Formats: sequence, structure tokens, C-alpha cells
Amino acid sequence: MQIFLPIAEVSVNAFTLIGLGGLVGLMSGLFGVGGGFLITPLLFFIGIPPPIAVATGANQVVASSVSGVLAHVKRRTVDFRMGGVLLAGGLVGSWMGVWVFTILQNLGQVDLVVQLCYVIFLGLIGGMMLQESIRSMRRSRNPTYRKRLHQHNWVHRWPLKMKFRTSGLYISAIPVLLVGVAVGVLAAIMGVGGGFIMVPAMIYLLGMPTKVVVGTSLFQITFVTAFTTLMHAISYNTVDIMLAVLLIVGGVVGAQIGTTLGARLRAEQLRILLALLVLMVCGKLALDLFLRPDELFSITTGTH
Amino acid sequence: MRAFLGLAAGIWLAAGAVWGQDAPPRQAPGSTVPLSPPQQGYPLYPDPGMPRAGLPEQQDAPTEQVVAGLSRNSVAITASFDGSDILIYGAIKRETPIPPGPPLEVVVTLEAPTQALTVWQKERKLGIWLNAESVEVGAAPGFYAVATSGPLDQILSPEWDSRYRISLPLALRAFGGGLNVEDAVPYTEALIRIREANGLYRLDEGSVKLVDQTLFRADIRLPANLIEGDYKTRIFLLRDGEVVDVYRAPIEVRKVGLERWLYRLAFDQPLLYGLMSLAVAVAAGWGASAAFRRLRRA
Repeated sequence: MQIFLPIAEVSVNAFTLIGLGGLVGLMSGLFGVGGGFLITPLLFFIGIPPPIAVATGANQVVASSVSGVLAHVKRRTVDFRMGGVLLAGGLVGSWMGVWVFTILQNLGQVDLVVQLCYVIFLGLIGGMMLQESIRSMRRSRNPTYRKRLHQHNWVHRWPLKMKFRTSGLYISAIPVLLVGVAVGVLAAIMGVGGGFIMVPAMIYLLGMPTKVVVGTSLFQITFVTAFTTLMHAISYNTVDIMLAVLLIVGGVVGAQIGTTLGARLRAEQLRILLALLVLMVCGKLALDLFLRPDELFSITTGTH
Repeated sequence: MRAFLGLAAGIWLAAGAVWGQDAPPRQAPGSTVPLSPPQQGYPLYPDPGMPRAGLPEQQDAPTEQVVAGLSRNSVAITASFDGSDILIYGAIKRETPIPPGPPLEVVVTLEAPTQALTVWQKERKLGIWLNAESVEVGAAPGFYAVATSGPLDQILSPEWDSRYRISLPLALRAFGGGLNVEDAVPYTEALIRIREANGLYRLDEGSVKLVDQTLFRADIRLPANLIEGDYKTRIFLLRDGEVVDVYRAPIEVRKVGLERWLYRLAFDQPLLYGLMSLAVAVAAGWGASAAFRRLRRA
């Protein structure tokens, strides 16, 4: 069934989009990731213009993170105070990101920078995940290994100290704000939630306990991507609601199936699979950048 | 009295000019379809004070004229829009026998509204292929199809082509601003090549069926990726490379229903539209988790 997207002004198969949403939802349910970083490049591949893919991707992340954060609020694993400070940084970052997007659009380099960001970040995450899962597979064979509970490092000694009770931390608010800003910029430029950056930063940089990390990052992601969606809708009219609905429908169903399925499968092997998938998407995007393209010319409508 | 006459003539001419603008020449002379009442107004009932000589007279009425119709004069882009077929058909009306010499040829064009656009060329910098040089094209149609009854370069002479801008390269008009590249030709060639590959620009030679130099039909397929606007159809009668008669008709392409509503909302009320997108996302996220929790409990 073909469907005409009113904002993207392209006609695509509705089942392809639902399937795409479902596939990414399945991943996010299986592996516990937001899936935004997979959906946006997949939208590029099926021919959605990058600005619309980014803005609509952000809207889709809102849906998947809302459903995640609700579960965490019930389990009391959200540090609202930490989330609030991260959010303050995130909104500033998102505003900055949309502003950078404007400059890039005027220079005609949006596609390049978005793709470049994806290659770098997908490469980093894929590599990190692969390394981490191989290490944890070794560790499960050697049960004497024990991780330190809490790490203190230099960022904790900065001024402006705040007490975060749920996380059990008394640290400077500056690194927290900076993490928030970085994630906001990524959300605006890449159309992702940024959980893949925030979760490791919260664990290794801020030293937050693992049980509150996912809930708190989802809390921040919900609001930052919502703000990003609004900014894109107002400044560029690039949010395609029809596209978003189809992706969301597939996504929420896929996520629930993925969660059920994930409970029955072995986590380390799944992580290796995800890492390989991420590296594959990264490789495809990198090839497009580094190999001589078949068509050297491209058309953008509207002059500047 | 003379002053009054002059004034009346002035009013008549002005009205005539306005009438000429308001009503696009939908109907070729010789059409058998009745005119709609508002278009009958002036030519049939001119101001009684007007001298008869003031009436426009067809002095160079062509000996062969097109009488044509379209299978549809509007295209609605609905949510399930997947392209559209337009049938353009007609006949050649003539008072005299078919002139000797080379046979009659027909060219049909269908043109979307023009857009300003930029053509970029990628270059390798630091190992990465990125957009480097660009050319701005002031006005290029978003869709352009040419259907002919024979090879275009044989049936149409270049002078007449440039007068009516029939072939693809001529349909692209006016470069915007100064050129910042040495040679713009590769860019326009690329524009035509890319859009031909996407099915947006088409030259279908021989696709117009012409019977006995009198009846013709052309089928033009509009692709799914259309822009909105007033499309123009032109039918050219050609003899010996020269244009004998032209017929023009508009086709209106509009988003309708939900598509139209969403599009207008996104551009007229972006804040409201953004909030609506968010509401949909939040409701879907919350609804799905609630529904599946219930399913799991059951």
C-alpha cells in the first residue's frame, strides 16, 4: 500500500515504514537502546530527505522513550534532580544544535555533517559494544572478577556542588550540565535521543549507580527530543507526522515483542549481534562518504 | 462626444485586457465545447457605443487548428496517491484538404510550476566526497514531460523550439544571480540527467498516436512524487518543423483531505502542528505500554 507523505512529498510503501519501525522497535526492546540512531540512517536509505529524517526521527524517539520512562517511574529508578539538571543542559544544547543546523543548511552541507556524525558515533558505539560484550563473555567464564562499586575522579571536584539523593552523589553540577548540552546538540543534528552517549557518560564520568542510569537518561531524552521536534517543526516545517505515526506504530509493537523475546535469549550474544549491526550501518554510510559516488551532482530545491 | 467615445473605448480595452488575463485560453478557436457564460460576455455583446472595427479579428487564422480535451483537468493528491494517468486527446480541424508535403506532427508537453533550485557538485576533499561548487537555477519545472509523434529533433526546428521552449534544456529558465563556476553546462546536464532518472523529466518520442493526420491521443503518466500547483498542458501542431497551431490547457494538482490539512497546518501553525506531533507520540508510547501490560497480565 503506497502512502503519500504530506511534508516529505514522497510516496512510500506504508508496510515498509511499519516494518522499519517494527525492526528498530524490536532492536530497542531486545538490546535496551532507543533505536533513534538506527531509524534515521535507515530513513536516508529509503530516500527520505535528511532534514525530514532527522526531525521525524526525533519525534519517533519521543514515543519510544515515553513508554520506557513510565516503566522506570513506577520502579522508582529515575533521579529527577539529576534529570532536571541534564535537561537544562539538554535544552540549551538542542537550541544550539538547531542553530548549527541552519548554518549547515545554508552552506549545503547538512547531509555531509549528519552522515559524518553517524559514521563517527556508530563506529565508536559499535566498537565499544563489541569490545565490552567480548570482555563480559570472558568475565562470565572467570567469576572471580569484581567491579568497583563507585569511582571518584577529577570532574567531581569542580565548584557548584549539588546533592543528588536518588543517585547517592554529592558532585559538581557543571559536568552534568555539559553532558546534557552534548546530548542536546546530538539530538538536534542527528535526530537521536543520545542515550548511547549519556549512559556511558553517567556511569563512567559522573559515577551514577547503574540502576538509576537508564531511567534518568530516558527522562531527559523524552524532554530533549520533544523540544527538538518542536524546534524543527517551527523553524523548518520538517516533521512529517504521517511518517512519524507509521514508524511509531511499528516501533511500539516491535519494542514490546523485543522485550519479551530478549528475556529468553542470552544477553552477551545479542550484544555482539547488535554491535555487528551497528558497525554494518556505519560501514555503509562510510562507503558513501569515502568512495567516489556514481552521481557527483545533487539537487536541493530553494536557493539561498 | 468624441471624448466620450474615447473613454468608452478605453474602458472596453481595459476590460478586455483584464478578461484576457482572468480567463486562460482554455479553448482553442474552433472548439466544439460550449463556452462557459462568463467567457461569452465581451466578444459577443460589446459596448453598443463601440465602433465595429474595434472588435478583434482573426486575421491569420491557421488553416489547421487543434481541438482537444483532457481526461481530467485536476489531480488530487490523497494519502494513497500513487501517480496518475492523464489522457490528452483531440482532432485537427481544417476547412481545406490536407496540404501536400511533409506530414503533420503533434507534440504534447505537460509542465509543473517552476521552482528555484541549487545543483551541487561533489568534490573530494580530505578523502571525503562533499558538496563543493554549486549553480543556482532560477526556475526549473518540478516535472516536465514531452510526448511526440516522431523524433523531436527531426520534427521541430531549433528556431521554433527556442520560441516556444519545448525541448528539455530550453524548459529550464534563467540562472539566478551570477555564476560562480566557469562552466554551468555540466550542472544543467546533471539536473536533466538526475530528474530523468527519477522520472520527473521525460521525453517520450513516438508516444503520441496520430491517425490520418487528424486524430491524436497521448497518454502521460504523472509520477507519485509531485509538487502542488497549476500544471500547464500544451499541444503543438507541427508541419515541416514549424509550429502551425498551439492549444493550452491547465491542470490543477492539489493535495486534498488529510494531506492538505496536515500540510497547511505544518506551515501556517507550526507550533500547533509540533505540539500535535508530540501528543501523538506521547499517546502512542503510553498507550502501547499500557496495552501490553494488560495483555501480559491476561
